[in-house]
Amino acid sequence: MKAFTHIDGLVCPINRANVDTDAIIPKQFLKSIKRSGFGPYLFDEWRYADQGEPGMDCSQRPLRVDFVLNQPRYQGAEILLARDNFGCGSSREHAPWAIEDFGFHAIIAPSFADIFFSNCYKNGILPIVLPAATLDKLFAECEAQVGYRLNVDLASQKVTTPAGDSFDFDITPHRKHCLMNGLDEIGLTLEHADEIRAFEGRHQVAQPWLFA
Amino acid sequence: MAGKTLYDKLWESHLVREEDDGTCLLYIDRHLMHEVTSPQAFEGMRLAGRKPWRSASIVANPDHNTPTEHWGDADGGLKEPISRLQVETLDANIKEFGALVYFPFKHVNQGIIHVIGPEQGTTLPGMTVVCGDSHTSTHGAFGALAHGIGTSEVEHVLATQTLVAKRSKRMLVKVDGKLGAGVTAKDVALAIIGKIGTAGGTGHAIEFGGSAIRDLSMEGRMTLCNMAIEGGARAGLVAPDAKTVDYLKGRPHAPKGADWEKAVAYWDTLKTDAGAVFDSVIELDAASIEPQLTWGTSPEQVLPIGARVPNPAHEADPQKRAGIERALQYMGLAADTPLTEIKVDKVFIGSCTNSRIEDLRAAAVVAKGRQKAANVKRVLIVPGSGIVKRQAEAEGLDKVFTAAGFEWREPGCSMCLAMNADRLEPGERCASTSNRNFEGRQGPGGRTHLVSPAMAAAAAIAGHFVDIRQFQEARS
Repeated sequence: MKAFTHIDGLVCPINRANVDTDAIIPKQFLKSIKRSGFGPYLFDEWRYADQGEPGMDCSQRPLRVDFVLNQPRYQGAEILLARDNFGCGSSREHAPWAIEDFGFHAIIAPSFADIFFSNCYKNGILPIVLPAATLDKLFAECEAQVGYRLNVDLASQKVTTPAGDSFDFDITPHRKHCLMNGLDEIGLTLEHADEIRAFEGRHQVAQPWLFA
Repeated sequence: MAGKTLYDKLWESHLVREEDDGTCLLYIDRHLMHEVTSPQAFEGMRLAGRKPWRSASIVANPDHNTPTEHWGDADGGLKEPISRLQVETLDANIKEFGALVYFPFKHVNQGIIHVIGPEQGTTLPGMTVVCGDSHTSTHGAFGALAHGIGTSEVEHVLATQTLVAKRSKRMLVKVDGKLGAGVTAKDVALAIIGKIGTAGGTGHAIEFGGSAIRDLSMEGRMTLCNMAIEGGARAGLVAPDAKTVDYLKGRPHAPKGADWEKAVAYWDTLKTDAGAVFDSVIELDAASIEPQLTWGTSPEQVLPIGARVPNPAHEADPQKRAGIERALQYMGLAADTPLTEIKVDKVFIGSCTNSRIEDLRAAAVVAKGRQKAANVKRVLIVPGSGIVKRQAEAEGLDKVFTAAGFEWREPGCSMCLAMNADRLEPGERCASTSNRNFEGRQGPGGRTHLVSPAMAAAAAIAGHFVDIRQFQEARS
């Protein structure tokens, strides 16, 4: 996994609540057996005027020009502003894969759906929870200023606006450590293989039918 | 000392280790897999040269891509090359890595993984159950801690038999009293989501309790726990009881002999202690729950069948108002229209929410001796598994459906998410017993209304939504 430490990036706002993972990456793209190449199909139904199918050359497809990702001012955005319950619905990790492949590295929202939230960390994406009132302010600033950027620093756990307003965010030490160092979580867990084996032995004695 | 909740007991009995920041390593008993969210995990294992920790924990089966007709064709109806590749990739991966149970495409027992697990007795009380699928919450109906995970976590469980996780908050949803005639577990689930919202359970595991929950069959409890995720909760739970034990007894992978007695005694301890504290408690009166129908593009956009389509002008919150307007536009609905005047183009009865034998029986009661309305193009009845299908056929339900002009299909996920050929065309409106009414869920531009199996069957007959209570009264 790629490490995440710090980003100073252009911001793109998705101003609606309950954005589900079916919208982030529609089901027809889930037929791939690869982890990469989902970026061109991110928000496919909102982004393109035709019906997307896997393998399409997206550079030739008609765009829905009103959708934020298609607006010139947001090209090259690396930080996504979102509303409540972002990433709800299906557990598909193709959603963070598409977001990361498109070029986003951080998502800021008042709340995230649980499975999507943990999937982000596995893919070097930092999901940041800030209060709804703060998001209102960031949305207003972002929509008012072309080229609006935010500075996200994981070490100090701060989001800083161009005007110098700064907002602290929470993250567990474990997740912070993994993200900052781009660590392979499986490798970390396997350092405790003896403990897992010992637990498994006790568990099998207590509930042998689970191992029958 | 305060007692423990069922969730606490399940968590503690699987806790391998805990970091100072509350990050836990949780042992996983059962790993369910399907073809869509597993290929990248197996590939990761291969690239890292890792072996599965305990392949005997795996129960797998393709279900999302599999067709529900033309199984007799040379290609089994699996026409699309990338769908076929995904299904065959699961075959190859299970062959290489192993599994306790694997039903390949067209096996007599194949079906939706969340129907298969309980049916085979591979979902048991007290287990931890995961799957790269959000509807894994279904298995909580057995008093198992069950939830969906991402593909990276699928790989983590394959390699380590554990999951890195933090404790959830505990929510109790208590439904007391008697459900009215025509009101089902699906209506209870939708009513709960209508009350708490799709993010109401975020960060929580929900335990469903109260006399109305105890009165539900195992099938009904599965429907309810299945939709916990639509209320934002990764896991739903119902404490095991005599119904749970009766359901499991004699199933292929249920404990046998002395193990059975020991297991049943243990399962009896799996309940929330008196005095245990929940972080939040939601109460509903069963008698006040009416048949439900979603009108919008989120499961929380739900109303009792007697209501009218909401009018955004009555919503003060500008963000919510915009959400209602957007949903009405997508759904092609005018504000204030009575829900019973909404006509449907297609009907889908199936999915991990409502494809079990009880669901098909409920639909058949409504369909018996009646005919699909002329304006309804297609009614798909998709059983949850080969076993459900054969049971339904033994009871003659297939004949009831086909006589009514419905289509009796092979098992699979089908039009719940339209990864196979079963889908809505743009603008088509569907009465569906599935779990998500998101934009494009059943096909790009498709419009989904979530209902119970009986309500879906009644919409197929009437051509528009109806109050199942009046519909069945009119018959008698």
